[in-house]
Amino acid sequence: MRIVVAVKQVPDTAEVRIDEERGTLIREGVPSILNPFDEYALEEAMKWRDELGGTVTVITMGPPQAEAVLREAISMGADEAILLSDRAFAGADTWATSHTLAKAVEKLGDIDIVMTGKQAIDGDTAQTGPSIAASLDWPQVTFVGKVLEIDENSIISERYVEGGCEIIKSSLPVVITVLKDANTPRLPSLRGKMKARKIEIPVWGIEDLKLPENEVGLDGSPTRVVKITTPETFSDGEIHHGEPEELARLMVDSLLGKEGR
Amino acid sequence: MNYYLSEELNDIKEICAEIAEKYIVPVRAKLDEENRFPREIIKVMAASDLFGIYIPEAYGGSAEIFGGGSMALAVATEELSKACGGVAVSFAANALGAMPILISGSDEQKKKYLPDLASGAKLAAFALTESEAGSDAGAVKTKAVKDGDSYILNGTKQWITNGGEAQIYTIIAQTDPSRGARGLTAFIVEEGTEGFSYGKKENKMGIRASSTMELIFEDCKIPAENIISREGYGFIVAMKTLNTSRPGVAAQAVGIAQGALDEAAKYASERVQFGQRIDSFQGIQFMLADMATQTEAARALVYCTAKMIDAGERKFEKESAMAKVFASDVAMKVTTDAVQILGGYGYMKEYPVEKMMRDAKITQIYEGTNQIQRSVIASALIKETAARGK
Repeated sequence: MRIVVAVKQVPDTAEVRIDEERGTLIREGVPSILNPFDEYALEEAMKWRDELGGTVTVITMGPPQAEAVLREAISMGADEAILLSDRAFAGADTWATSHTLAKAVEKLGDIDIVMTGKQAIDGDTAQTGPSIAASLDWPQVTFVGKVLEIDENSIISERYVEGGCEIIKSSLPVVITVLKDANTPRLPSLRGKMKARKIEIPVWGIEDLKLPENEVGLDGSPTRVVKITTPETFSDGEIHHGEPEELARLMVDSLLGKEGR
Repeated sequence: MNYYLSEELNDIKEICAEIAEKYIVPVRAKLDEENRFPREIIKVMAASDLFGIYIPEAYGGSAEIFGGGSMALAVATEELSKACGGVAVSFAANALGAMPILISGSDEQKKKYLPDLASGAKLAAFALTESEAGSDAGAVKTKAVKDGDSYILNGTKQWITNGGEAQIYTIIAQTDPSRGARGLTAFIVEEGTEGFSYGKKENKMGIRASSTMELIFEDCKIPAENIISREGYGFIVAMKTLNTSRPGVAAQAVGIAQGALDEAAKYASERVQFGQRIDSFQGIQFMLADMATQTEAARALVYCTAKMIDAGERKFEKESAMAKVFASDVAMKVTTDAVQILGGYGYMKEYPVEKMMRDAKITQIYEGTNQIQRSVIASALIKETAARGK
């Protein structure tokens, strides 16, 4: 089983603020971490590798410093890592990003499963996983809370949707996006940490992936962020004082939509 | 203080800190309350490769990467002890149990037992103490009588850390009562051996997450090949073991002290009385300053001793005893002061410092009481002085 886990280096959301004027995230001075949802994808991939044999390859697209999250993934037990980094990739939206990631999966060849977190905690789009599948023309199963079975040709998983759970069987190769319900990610091991420090991580650029410039980065991105705003918060709570009976009636009437009084 | 630890030692520190934060701190009060051995946490430590750090690569460990294993063990034990001395000793006692085999075992014994200990698949324990043989190790009554190619063990070991949880025990027994300490012999006994059973589990003041048990031997037949070193060398094996393991207890003490200091400093920065943070009062400041200085001095002594052992120094009995005495006395003082700084809250179980104070006490007692350690230091000093006088 050859599994690719697509991961993202994200700012630690607890620390992020918004530049109100420019409508962008202030990333300076904010520590970067491995997108927490990707940790579940990585653990799921490693769990099945440990059971079925095979390899787990982590990939990410980003600036050279994004290598840090690949090393973190190696310390947790991933077998190898590839960094997709090129000036031309800068400014990519989810379409251009997933297109680039998909090309890397094609270049790796013979991949059975691509796993990724359900979304990244910075952009929160949940589009990259599905979009990788679209770009590769593979099936996709999103929001997977439990992988039940994997064999040579298929995967059966539980997809958690609002108000229920779908059990889906898919052929391989496939793209899976993973929820935190799936597992508890393991901690890095000593051997993993040592390997992470020593391993050479190949860097693939636009030429390695044989991509035209108009399909990557800002030029290859059909969407534009026009503005980022914080939604207005509404506070329509009311406070009433009175006897319990009177207040209960008020509440019931209000729930029934009557302007009772 | 920056000790310029190698990247590899920092890896150990980071992993232990993460285990402490995610797995130990959330459950330490419960483990303490329930007197419960942390099996789940031990599994996580094994998956993180921690059990091999003091065992050579040839036997499945990684000690060489850290320059020997003593510093590795000290760094790991200290970091785990910041969160819980009981969980930490459950880890470190494996090193104590493995040490007789590591130091004095044959190559066959090392090949047979160490790989499972390095992976954490099995746990180890060291058994010397008996009801009438504590500081006076020569007074061991557990008998081992030769019977063909075997020895028959009879007797009871007491207060054995990791008892009932370990699968491999290194036991000191008497093979020649007429020779006292020189009649002692070290044996390897595996769990499940006929005639070997567990007695009562102790209900302790502190380190309650750790298991402390009686080991009972009733006509327990042990093959002669399980003797560590040679018949009559048990006392030497035990002393070498304890000299090497003592910096581990000292590291536990440093960790407990640091954990208590961190709690006290944090509390003092938040607690407001008379309209100001209590760490703005000189009375509290001087206490914190002393606690920090003493803890750092203890750490420096422990690290230097561990480095000395890793460097291959042959004589380190005195330094090892000094590290243990100093660090454990510091741990007792610092934890007591931490409780004092937290005041009434410190005395309550809602805060972790009362447990740290209870945990600290044992470090002054086990693996040789501090009084015995002082005798060791003094006798080394007297010998050195005499040698200089010649």
